[in-house]
Amino acid sequence: MSEMMTGAEMIVRAMQDQDVAHVFGYPGGAVLPIYDALFQQNSVQHILVRHEQGAVHSAEGYARSSGKVGVVLVTSGPGATNAVTGLTDALLDSIPLVCFTGQVPTHLIGSDAFQECDTVGITRHCTKHNYLVKRIEDLPRIIHEAFYVARTGRPGPVVIDVPKDVQFATGVYTGPDQVSHKSYRPKVEGDASRIAAAVEMMAKAKRPVFYTGGGIINAGTEASALLRELAKLTGFPVTSTLMGLGAFPANNPQWLGMLGMHGTYEANMAMHDCDLMINLGARFDDRITGRLDAFSPGSKKIHVDIDPSSINKTVKVDVGIIGDCKNVLAEMIRVWKDKKYQADAEALKGWWGEINKWRAKNSLGYVNDKQLIKPQYAIERLYAMTKDRNTYITTEVGQHQMWAAQHFHFDEPNRWMTSGGLGTMGYGLPAAIGVQMAHKDALVIDVAGEASILMNMQEMSTAAQYRLPVKVFILNNEYMGMVRQWQELLHGGRYSESYSQALPDFVKLAEAYHAKGIRCDDPAKLDAAIQEMIDYPGPVIFDCLVAKEENCLPMIPSGKAHNEMILPDFTGQIGDVIDAKGKQLV
Amino acid sequence: MKSHYSDPTGAQTIERRTLCVLVDNEPGVLARISGMFSGRGYNIESLTVSETEHEAHLSRITIVTSGTAAMLNQIEAQLSRLVPVHKVVNLSAKAAIERELALVKVAQFGEHRSEHRMEALRLATAFNAKTVDATLNSFIFELAGPYEDVERFINLMSAIGLVEVSRTGAAAIARGAEGL
Repeated sequence: MSEMMTGAEMIVRAMQDQDVAHVFGYPGGAVLPIYDALFQQNSVQHILVRHEQGAVHSAEGYARSSGKVGVVLVTSGPGATNAVTGLTDALLDSIPLVCFTGQVPTHLIGSDAFQECDTVGITRHCTKHNYLVKRIEDLPRIIHEAFYVARTGRPGPVVIDVPKDVQFATGVYTGPDQVSHKSYRPKVEGDASRIAAAVEMMAKAKRPVFYTGGGIINAGTEASALLRELAKLTGFPVTSTLMGLGAFPANNPQWLGMLGMHGTYEANMAMHDCDLMINLGARFDDRITGRLDAFSPGSKKIHVDIDPSSINKTVKVDVGIIGDCKNVLAEMIRVWKDKKYQADAEALKGWWGEINKWRAKNSLGYVNDKQLIKPQYAIERLYAMTKDRNTYITTEVGQHQMWAAQHFHFDEPNRWMTSGGLGTMGYGLPAAIGVQMAHKDALVIDVAGEASILMNMQEMSTAAQYRLPVKVFILNNEYMGMVRQWQELLHGGRYSESYSQALPDFVKLAEAYHAKGIRCDDPAKLDAAIQEMIDYPGPVIFDCLVAKEENCLPMIPSGKAHNEMILPDFTGQIGDVIDAKGKQLV
Repeated sequence: MKSHYSDPTGAQTIERRTLCVLVDNEPGVLARISGMFSGRGYNIESLTVSETEHEAHLSRITIVTSGTAAMLNQIEAQLSRLVPVHKVVNLSAKAAIERELALVKVAQFGEHRSEHRMEALRLATAFNAKTVDATLNSFIFELAGPYEDVERFINLMSAIGLVEVSRTGAAAIARGAEGL
C-alpha cells in the first residue's frame, strides 16, 4: 500500500491510519500545508484552541479520559514554545501525546529565520522522544514510530518537527504495520520469579497495603479490574496517589482514600506502619513519601513499574518488578490462586482494627458554616449531585485540586484528570475541553480556583465555538489559596502577592464568552445553583464564593513523616509546625 | 539535626564507572545523552563517541562517570530508557581494557633548560610516549594508556614545563572473546 503524496498529506493520512479522530491545534505560517490537507478531508476533526498550551492540555484530557493518544498540531517558533508547558506536564504525568510542530524550511534552519526556534533542542528535555524530519523519505516511518513510542512502555509526549519544505515535498507513504523501531523495546511482562517471590511475601504479610498509582490507569481499564480482583482475593487495604484515583473504587470498604501530603490519616498511617508495601504503578514521589529517612521504616517493599529507572530511584525496594501493571497483576492473581495462598486472616483482622482507629479520626472532617460556603462542602455537594451521572472531573492546581481529590470520590478509572507531577495551573479548562470532545454526552466539570482559571481562560472561546458544555466550578476564595496556606505555614502569614486583586466579574465573563454565569455565596442555595449548572445545556462558569482563609487539611508538613500529619482538629500555631530545614523544601 | 532527605553522597563512597552506550547514530543523540547528565545533576568525567558500525549507523559512546553506587545504577537506568539507546554496559563490572590518548606539549625556558629537556625525554621513554614534535625548546609527546598513567605522566611533566594537554577521554572494551 505504497502511495505517492506530499508530506502534509502523509501527516493527515498517518493520523487516519492511527485512528486519530481529533487533533487540537493552532495554525501558523509553518504548518499551512498541513492545515490545507486537513481542510480537504473529513475524518480527522481539528479543534481550534486559543493558545498552544491549551492545545496540549486538551490533548492530555482527551488521552487520559479515552486511553487513546492525544494529538497536537502547532506552528514553528512561538507555537512550539507555547506548547512546552503542556509537553512537560504530559511527560511528568506519563500521558501519551504526539505533537506536530511546523518548522522553517530546511535550508533556513539555523539562520534565525522568522518564527524559527530550535524546537527539538528546546523540547528534548520535556518529551519522551522527539524528531526533526529533514527528508520526506523518513516522514511516514517517524510518524508511526512516534505513535508507538508515545503509547507504549511508560507513555509520554513525542514531538515531530516538520520543516515546511518537507510538508510540500512528495514521497512514498508507508502504513503503520510496515514500521518497527530499531532500539526501543519496552518490557511489559514482569519477571516470573520475582512475581512469585512478591506473591509469597503477600501471603505472609501481617500488615500489608497496596500503594497504587497512575500506572494502573495507564495500563488500561483491564488493569483496574485486575487490581479489584487482587484486592478482593487478599483483603488488603488499598490507597492511591493523586494520579491513580478511580483505579480502585472509593465506595469499596478496602479503600483508604488518597495518600500523601494531603492524603487521609488512615492511608498515611497504614503506609507508615505497614510490614509490606506493594507499590503498583506509582513512583515514590516526594508528595507521597514526605520525609524520606522516616518513610515506612519497618516495611518490606515491592515495586511494580514499567520504567526501570523508577525502581530504587528514591526509595530502595526489596523486590523490583519491571513490567506493565496489567500483565504483572494478572500474573500475581494467577500465582496466588495456583499456590492456593490465603491471607493471614488473624493478622489482617488486627491490622484492619488499627486502620479503623485511624479512620475514626475523620481526617477529612471540617467545621461547616451556615453563612459561608466551605470549599469542602461545595465539593461534597458537587459530588452528591453528580455521582449518579456520567461525570468526568478535571482540575486546576492548588487547594481546590486537593479538596476535589479528597471529597469527590471516584469509582472508575479515567474519570479524574489533574496535573500531578508538574502542578500546572491552567490545566483544567483545556483538559475539560479535551475530555468533552472524547465524551460528547458526559458531564465534564473543571473544578477550579479563581487564580488558576485565569491562566487559560481564553479556552472558554473554544468551548463556545464547538458547543462543548463544560462546567467550570470555581472555588473562589480570592487567594491563590495554596500559596497563602504555605505563607501562613512558613512565612508568618505575610501574604506576599497571593491575594487575587482585581478579579473579573466571572458571571459577566461567562456571558462575554457566550456561556452562562452562575454565582453563589449561600450554603442554603448551593444545591439549587449546582442543579442549574448541571441542567444548562451549554458551557457554564460557576463562581462559588467560599470561605477565604480555609486551610487544606490534613497535611504532612514539608520535611515531616507520615505519622506527623496536621489533622483538622489541630489547635496549635500552624506557623510553628515546620522547622528551618523543612522550610527549604517545596 | 538529621537531614530530611537521606544524604545522597556524604555517607557513601564515590566510585568511578566506565559505561559503554550503544546508540543509533542520529542527529541530537549526543545532546540527549549529555543533556540527561546535566539535567539530572550527574557528573561526566569523560565522554568519547564515534560511529563504530557504519552499516547499522550505530555509535559507541564511552562515558566515565562517578557517584555513589545507587546514583551510578540510576544513571544506567536513565540512559537505558532513552529511545535511541540500544544497550548500556557497565564495563567497570567486567575486566575491561581502558585506554586514553593524550597529546602533551612541554616547553623549557628556565635556567635548567638542558636538564629539563633530558628529563622530559627520559620520562617519555619510561612511559612509552612517542615524541611527535620537537623544537629547540619544546616537545609534544603522544601517550596512550590507562587513565592513571596519563595522569601520572602529566603530573610529572608539570614539574618540567607543561604548556598544554589534549586528551581524548577513555575508549574501553571488555576482555575475552565475547562481544557486547
